Amino acid sequence: MFTVAACTVVVALTLAVARALKGPTVFDRILAGNAIGTGAILLLAVFGFLTGRPEFLDIGITYGLLNPIGTLAALKWFKYGDIARGFDEDTGEG
Amino acid sequence: MTDLLSLIIGGAFLLAGSFFLLVGALGLLRMPDLFTRMQAASVGETLGGSLLLIGMMIHGGFSLVTFKLVVLFAVIVFFGPVATHALARAARYAGIEPQLSTPPAGRPVGAPSAETAAKATKATKATKASKKARLTPAKARRKPAKKKARK
Repeated sequence: MFTVAACTVVVALTLAVARALKGPTVFDRILAGNAIGTGAILLLAVFGFLTGRPEFLDIGITYGLLNPIGTLAALKWFKYGDIARGFDEDTGEG
Repeated sequence: MTDLLSLIIGGAFLLAGSFFLLVGALGLLRMPDLFTRMQAASVGETLGGSLLLIGMMIHGGFSLVTFKLVVLFAVIVFFGPVATHALARAARYAGIEPQLSTPPAGRPVGAPSAETAAKATKATKATKASKKARLTPAKARRKPAKKKARK
């Protein structure tokens, strides 16, 4: 069962990588990057169960905490051209 | 007996999670525009990932491994939708329009049809006028104070 799950996760990762290479806009690539991050977490967890070494889950938690931060930082960079700037008080856009 | 039961139920969860993950990844590759892709990918991540993790929790039993899986589950369930929301907002801010339907020939993708365009311009004119009336005095009051603060 874990073998099937691991194979599926690998296939899903491959499809996400294909979208990241193909993506017409930068947001498609960021979306694919986020999906790749989640797939990597799931692959780590499944692989830990497959080999009987649950230490992989700790690495998975670390990836899980870093993945959204990386996504949000990349989004902020492409939205404002600056990671440090907040939302604009004049227009209310953010 | 309970071992066999947990094996079967956990296996079913794992298979269901794999299915949704695969469907989400296929949607990510095959869908026509950014927002539909985003929807497919977030379903694959949130539903598929959480079903996989629940299956592993059932396999793991009552132990430290299960606690780690619960933490991972919370991280995926909370941060996945937040990242998707931020992505949709940033894409709209950058000017990417959702493709609402397949347009007839001769009209570029994403352009509104004639009657909806006329309606939209009327509506925006009206709202723009009312917004101007509301917004200008406040802005005029705010701007000098801001300049002082920046100096």
